[in-house]
Amino acid sequence: MKILFLMSSVPDTTSKINFTDNDTKFDESGIQYVINPHDEFGLTKAMQIKEKTGAELVVLNVGTAKTEPVIRKVLAIGADKAVRIDADPKDSYFTAVQIAHYINNHDEFDLIIAGKESLDYNGGMVHGLVAGMTSKKFINAVMGLELKDNNMVEVAREIDGGKEFIETSLPLIIGGQKGLVKEEELRIPNMRGIMMARKKPLEVLPAVEAAVKTKIDKFEKPAPKGAIKLVDKDNLDELIDLLHNEAKVI
Amino acid sequence: MSILIYAEQQNGKVAKSAKELASYAKAYADKTGQDVVAVGAGLEDADSLFQYGVSKVLNVNDDTLKTFNAFAHAQMVAQAAGQQGADLILISDSNDAVYMGPILADKLDAGYVSHVIGLPEDGGNFTVKRKVFSNKGIAYTEVLSDKKLLRLAKNSFGMLENPVAGSVEDFAPDVDKSVYETYKVTKVDKATGKVSLTDADIIVSAGRGLKGPENWGMVEELADVLGAATACSKPVADMGWRPHTEHVGQTGKQVAPNLYIAIGISGAIQHLAGVNGSKNMLVINNDPEAPFFKAADYGVVGDAFEVVPKLIEKLKAFKNQ
Ligand SMILES: Cc1cc2nc3c(=O)[nH]c(=O)nc-3n(C[C@H](O)[C@H](O)[C@H](O)COP(=O)(O)OP(=O)(O)OC[C@H]3O[C@@H](n4cnc5c(N)ncnc54)[C@H](O)[C@@H]3O)c2cc1C
Ligand SMILES: Nc1ncnc2c1ncn2[C@@H]1O[C@H](COP(=O)(O)O)[C@@H](O)[C@H]1O
Repeated sequence: MKILFLMSSVPDTTSKINFTDNDTKFDESGIQYVINPHDEFGLTKAMQIKEKTGAELVVLNVGTAKTEPVIRKVLAIGADKAVRIDADPKDSYFTAVQIAHYINNHDEFDLIIAGKESLDYNGGMVHGLVAGMTSKKFINAVMGLELKDNNMVEVAREIDGGKEFIETSLPLIIGGQKGLVKEEELRIPNMRGIMMARKKPLEVLPAVEAAVKTKIDKFEKPAPKGAIKLVDKDNLDELIDLLHNEAKVI
Repeated sequence: MSILIYAEQQNGKVAKSAKELASYAKAYADKTGQDVVAVGAGLEDADSLFQYGVSKVLNVNDDTLKTFNAFAHAQMVAQAAGQQGADLILISDSNDAVYMGPILADKLDAGYVSHVIGLPEDGGNFTVKRKVFSNKGIAYTEVLSDKKLLRLAKNSFGMLENPVAGSVEDFAPDVDKSVYETYKVTKVDKATGKVSLTDADIIVSAGRGLKGPENWGMVEELADVLGAATACSKPVADMGWRPHTEHVGQTGKQVAPNLYIAIGISGAIQHLAGVNGSKNMLVINNDPEAPFFKAADYGVVGDAFEVVPKLIEKLKAFKNQ
């Protein structure tokens, strides 16, 4: 069995977000990059499958050389090899074309694991676009996955207010999220893994020609909140009055 | 030319999200001289959309299609767009629509923008505002392709009545239904009789400050009085005090109700990233230095175990007036 893990490298969740160059660029100074938190659940799931079945695990990222430390982290956690498609992932369509091109030329993966959304540009679309471009099956917001006999899989997908269980077969692309593995099972690199990762192959491939369908003209920060209204704990009638007459929410 | 919205249903009725999509579409259609068309499956009260500016509803009356399948519904919407000559298509951010979005974008060869929070800007290019970096930034995003697919962030536009005369038409798209076999739904687990987080106008959320799962009685009671859904911070779900489906924040569910009440939650940056799209936020915390007070609209500094029961009593009295 072969698993492809699509990894998006994003600013650490504690990052303060600023813009530069007249608000046309994201300010990268002081930003630490991490494996996209939604992707981490899928990575751990992939490791569990690998350990159980001896599957091979390849990590793929579309990014510039700046993402290599994060790719190395995935290798340290246990992926066997890495592929980086050398490009700035300008928009989701462009990124999806790169990934689909790779998959179409290496059509050997039984399971392709993405996260449901990257926590940088929050597109929530690269996986589904890749599915369309490679004619593969796709399930999003996956919060449970179990391999069965004969290439069958049982997948739990989040729906509004609950979960839906779907039976389907490999090959399959998933958009993973929390629930796919338990929080306490999430893997972090250890010393031995970090040493081994240095020797693992990281192949760099050129990008293919592709258009973009969207383009960011400028950024802005959300408007700051007005001052908070503090209500004394012994005067909750005032709170109810504010919620009713001012906020008009009750 | 028309603008097409994908109208979802809930127990057969047009979902609130569809009315918000209609309101958005109508506001833009009025500027550009277009009409708004909706497509959906099994909408029992399809005509309720006329109130929000939809002048034609393509209602699919097919028992198979009444159940959601992302590939089937993407085919249905794509065919409706083709038939109506719609270049602009709008979907909501329900879990189903989020799943279908990229599949539909691929079928339509459309530029797709998610987390949209504003009407297209005036001027020559088609540019919309969207939330990026988990609510920490806004990007003016230009769509360069002819076909455009937008996913509107819940509660970012609101429902605006704008009645028009309309018609409901039967629509029978040519959908390959084998996808229902390819993705065979074997079971659905859904909390019934509870307000779901995605639909809630009010959310009552609590954190580690509540000390243990045995103390959630007052949270549920407050939610009951307000007709609200319940939520929690990440550590609360991680410790198993509450189900994972209640976890809100950057790595949990993103919510944007009219009122978000945070009880015993400190207001960490990852928590705020998932909730600060809320119209109003009320914080109850015994530490006046808790960071949440900097992000909220209303606050009460006090012990939750004292404030919440009192608030419940006062609200009950208020509701009985
Ligand atoms: C990668 C990553 C992703 C994360 N994603 C999320 C996420 O999506 N959502 C999320 O919530 N967190 C997330 N976190 C965790 C986040 O950083 C915080 O640790 C978490 O939000 C804190 O939860 P809390 O406010 O319930 O607990 P605490 O920070 O422990 O706060 C408890 C609060 O309760 C107050 N309190 C105590 N007793 C009382 C009382 N009697 N009455 C009233 N108030 C009281 C305290 O003053 C305190 O402010 C993430 C962290 C990381 C590293
Ligand atoms: N540059 C990238 N390289 C590899 N995988 C990516 C990249 N961008 C996004 N993905 C994958 O697609 C998922 C959805 O991303 P997005 O559409 O950007 O929200 C992510 O969780 C990743 O698994």
